[in-house]
Amino acid sequence: MTRNLALFGGVAALFILTGAFESWNLSLSILGIALLSAIMALGVNIQWGYAGLFNTGIMGFTALGGLAVVLVSARPVAEGWAAGGTGILLGLFLGAASIAAAIFAWNRMAPGRTRTLVTLAIGVAGFFLFRAVFDPAVVAVEAFNPATAGNLGGLGLPALVAWPVGGLLAAAAAWAIGKISLGLRSDYLAIATLGIAEIIVAVMKNEDWLARGVKNIIDLPRPWPVPYEVELQQSAAFVDWATRWGFDPVSASSIVVKLLYIALFTAVLLAVIWLSERALNSPWGRMMRAIRDNEVSSAAMGKDVKARHLQVFILGSAVVGIAGAMYTTIGGALLPGEYNPLRFTFLVWVMVIVGGSGNNWGAVLGGLLIGWLWLIVESLGPDVMRIMVAGLSEGPLKAHLIDSAQHMRLLTMGVILLLVLRFSPRGLIPEK
Amino acid sequence: MDILNALVVFLNFVFVPGLAYGAQLALGALGVTLIYGILRFSNFAHGDTMALGTMVTILFTWWFQSMGISFGVLPTALLALPIGIAVTALFVLGTDRVVYRFYRKQKAAPVILVMVSLGVMFVMNGIVRLIIGVDDQNFVDGSRFVIAAGDFREMTGLAEGLAIKTTQVVTVVTALVVMGLLFWFLQKTRTGKSMRAFSDNEDLALLSGINPDRVVAVTWIIAAALATIAGVLYGLDKSFRPFVYFQLLLPIFAAAIVGGLGSPLGAIAGGFLIAFSEVMVTYAWKKVVTYLVPESMAPEGLLQLMGTDYKFAVSFAILILVLIFMPTGLFKGKSV
Amino acid sequence: MAEPFLIGEAMTGGYGGADILHACTIAVEKGQIAVIVGPNGAGKSTAMKAVFGMLRLRAGHVKLAGEDITALSPQARVAKGMGFVPQTHNIFTSMTVEENLEMGAFIRTDDFSDTLAQVYDLFPILKQKRLQPAGELSGGQRQQVAVGRALMTRPKVLMLDEPTAGVSPIVMDELFDRIIEVARTGISILMVEQNARQALEIADKGYVLVQGANRFTDTGKALLADPEVRRSFLGG
Repeated sequence: MTRNLALFGGVAALFILTGAFESWNLSLSILGIALLSAIMALGVNIQWGYAGLFNTGIMGFTALGGLAVVLVSARPVAEGWAAGGTGILLGLFLGAASIAAAIFAWNRMAPGRTRTLVTLAIGVAGFFLFRAVFDPAVVAVEAFNPATAGNLGGLGLPALVAWPVGGLLAAAAAWAIGKISLGLRSDYLAIATLGIAEIIVAVMKNEDWLARGVKNIIDLPRPWPVPYEVELQQSAAFVDWATRWGFDPVSASSIVVKLLYIALFTAVLLAVIWLSERALNSPWGRMMRAIRDNEVSSAAMGKDVKARHLQVFILGSAVVGIAGAMYTTIGGALLPGEYNPLRFTFLVWVMVIVGGSGNNWGAVLGGLLIGWLWLIVESLGPDVMRIMVAGLSEGPLKAHLIDSAQHMRLLTMGVILLLVLRFSPRGLIPEK
Repeated sequence: MDILNALVVFLNFVFVPGLAYGAQLALGALGVTLIYGILRFSNFAHGDTMALGTMVTILFTWWFQSMGISFGVLPTALLALPIGIAVTALFVLGTDRVVYRFYRKQKAAPVILVMVSLGVMFVMNGIVRLIIGVDDQNFVDGSRFVIAAGDFREMTGLAEGLAIKTTQVVTVVTALVVMGLLFWFLQKTRTGKSMRAFSDNEDLALLSGINPDRVVAVTWIIAAALATIAGVLYGLDKSFRPFVYFQLLLPIFAAAIVGGLGSPLGAIAGGFLIAFSEVMVTYAWKKVVTYLVPESMAPEGLLQLMGTDYKFAVSFAILILVLIFMPTGLFKGKSV
Repeated sequence: MAEPFLIGEAMTGGYGGADILHACTIAVEKGQIAVIVGPNGAGKSTAMKAVFGMLRLRAGHVKLAGEDITALSPQARVAKGMGFVPQTHNIFTSMTVEENLEMGAFIRTDDFSDTLAQVYDLFPILKQKRLQPAGELSGGQRQQVAVGRALMTRPKVLMLDEPTAGVSPIVMDELFDRIIEVARTGISILMVEQNARQALEIADKGYVLVQGANRFTDTGKALLADPEVRRSFLGG
């Protein structure tokens, strides 16, 4: 216990030192993202630590959470809806219906060539029907004012509503992928999730009607109660308050905004921890760990291993989806080009392994620590590198080394992961 | 109705590119499947092994080019390829010694080894980006075409041209030679047979006096060679960008699983299956169809099933179908 | 009396945890057949594995031709002239019959074509199917491949773990005939058998184990004639 407190104290000291020596602004923005990383790590820990499921599609679930923010809280584009909204919805409905019909035919018909042909025919016919309805609608939607819109927009609801919706979207994707690849060998789940993540991001990059693709959606609303900095700076009461305490109103406004975000994220983080600790210590959690430790004997005892795995996979992905939505909210923009598996999938894995798989507090610690390390190198790396190579004479080598500080952190993460796996496989805070 | 021109368009835009891409995927999938068969884990670092080998080859290609060494009409990279293979082989043997061996002795679960390969992937990725950066690198030289589209039109008098790039011919020929050598090695040599025996039944192989360390070392060397060759051929044919190589993991794994993990023949079949499906689904068939149907029925749309941005969705869809309907793959790989 | 060719003497040990063998002694003379029988869970296979070095002994030792080999690994024992046929997973299913035999000869650096010919003489069906994957053969043929593989090192002693498990009675008789033939070439045979009666009929020496210890030891014939053995272990 003392050890764990000391570890968290150490991480807190990192953030305090960053604030004291660099700037509080930097320290707090890193803390915000690190908290989100901790929530993602919690989601992954639910899957890996409780059930031994290897999910390499974290990026996809994060991105789905981001998409939810656009769909829920962006302004609706009335013209886009009028141009092709119904067509797109009808097209999607037809597509889903034909998949359902194909599955239905496959399940209901007697095995044989007829079944294969009928299923295939339904699938192919459904695809062309879908394209026939969907394509013209997309063209119509994207034709409206492509420089600023060209999409359907969202529902215009408050940002806080988008977070659980992000969880739901991710859960739905997890259900589909888990249904197919759970129950097969563990590597298959890893490869299937790697694939679905790439496809989710590809859809978000290319389907402009949905969220403008790589043209990005900006100016997403902030969640209650976070105000805009400008509003604070224009508020006489705030400026008064800031000057009374000797702060510069501009930087004070930015810090207040960050603190409010951090408060929100911390609340969500604590809620997720509380729920998952409750779950872990319930009969359900004990059963999950029994299954993880010995699948064969648990199956022999009548436990439906695959159904339990599906549950846990959906729950963990939903948590990741919620964190993904929060990530897009704090950025205020959905930038599909930003989703990179190294950052959004494998870095989260480093957090879980370093922190301690199977232990929620370990995952949080790993999220905060690795999150801090990753982001501090991003902002300070080039400067540190410049100091390190100061002795070198000016030239292409020196410039190259300064530029490559960003890549150094990939290398460092790999080395950290390998060292922890080798010498401390249970992580900083091991499972109880 | 103009079958000849339709055929030329088909060859030019679908068959030849698909064949070259398929050969590249097949070589990549062979490496994955060999490691899976012998070391019994899915190596997530394989895409970055390809990138590393290609990077080394590119650096030596540049050095050769600066020294004025060339390979005539063929790309200079082929001269640098053996060096790339050697360096990559040393590197993966080093990772095996420092990283993987420990877990092998412990008989760690496969998923732990997969996790470890993630760490290796990060390290390789960092090294590649550190040395050569993240940008596109073009290192192809030599003559560009075996047959240029214009020449083909002149020769045949057809309206459509068929262009065959040197890199495509190099890819297919190299891949065939490498596959031939690999199968000869696995089927006919003592070491190759001992590798198959080890993959088939590890305990009995040990009982027969087969040296596991040697089998593992040879496997890594072959995997490094296959990865480097696949990477260099892909880079010559398209271009070299580290991130693209990482993304190749998906079609390569799909190819290996579709063929049946652990089955070399399956990896080759899977590679071509994935490549042709990808090219055919993302190709706009308008031109081909226009030549084939009467003028009045000529299509207006592009007749493209999916945008090229969704090519990964194709390998993924095939992967899913295989997982649902035949989890051991076409050539009966290892299931569990 | 001179020491037997291969002897595991007063072997005590188990797979970590509790001991399975308790001062158990198993031996076989040159060119003879020794059979280990006993009820389920008596430690028959364990005793054989102990002789082959797949089990750490806490006490006792194993001697081959007078040399103490207790500390050697199974692989080293193969090199010393012991052949072992496991009960299951005893062939390379994806490889041809001939490749299976070649793998059996993996540690040999000399020309092994006459050994190959001898194995084919002993098991003519294998010659006929030599280019077929071993996994496609019938149960009895697979066992022949397994025995043939172990013979490829020209062992002085061949150890068989339930060679007739799961084969039909006709195939079982044929396998026993082949095993006798192998013994006639001067190779000692040590085997564990579930089909105790038939096995003891061909055995020069029989060991009845109960709970990891020797209960009866005698010639095969004498054991078959012993009323107590018959009543307790051979079903009357």
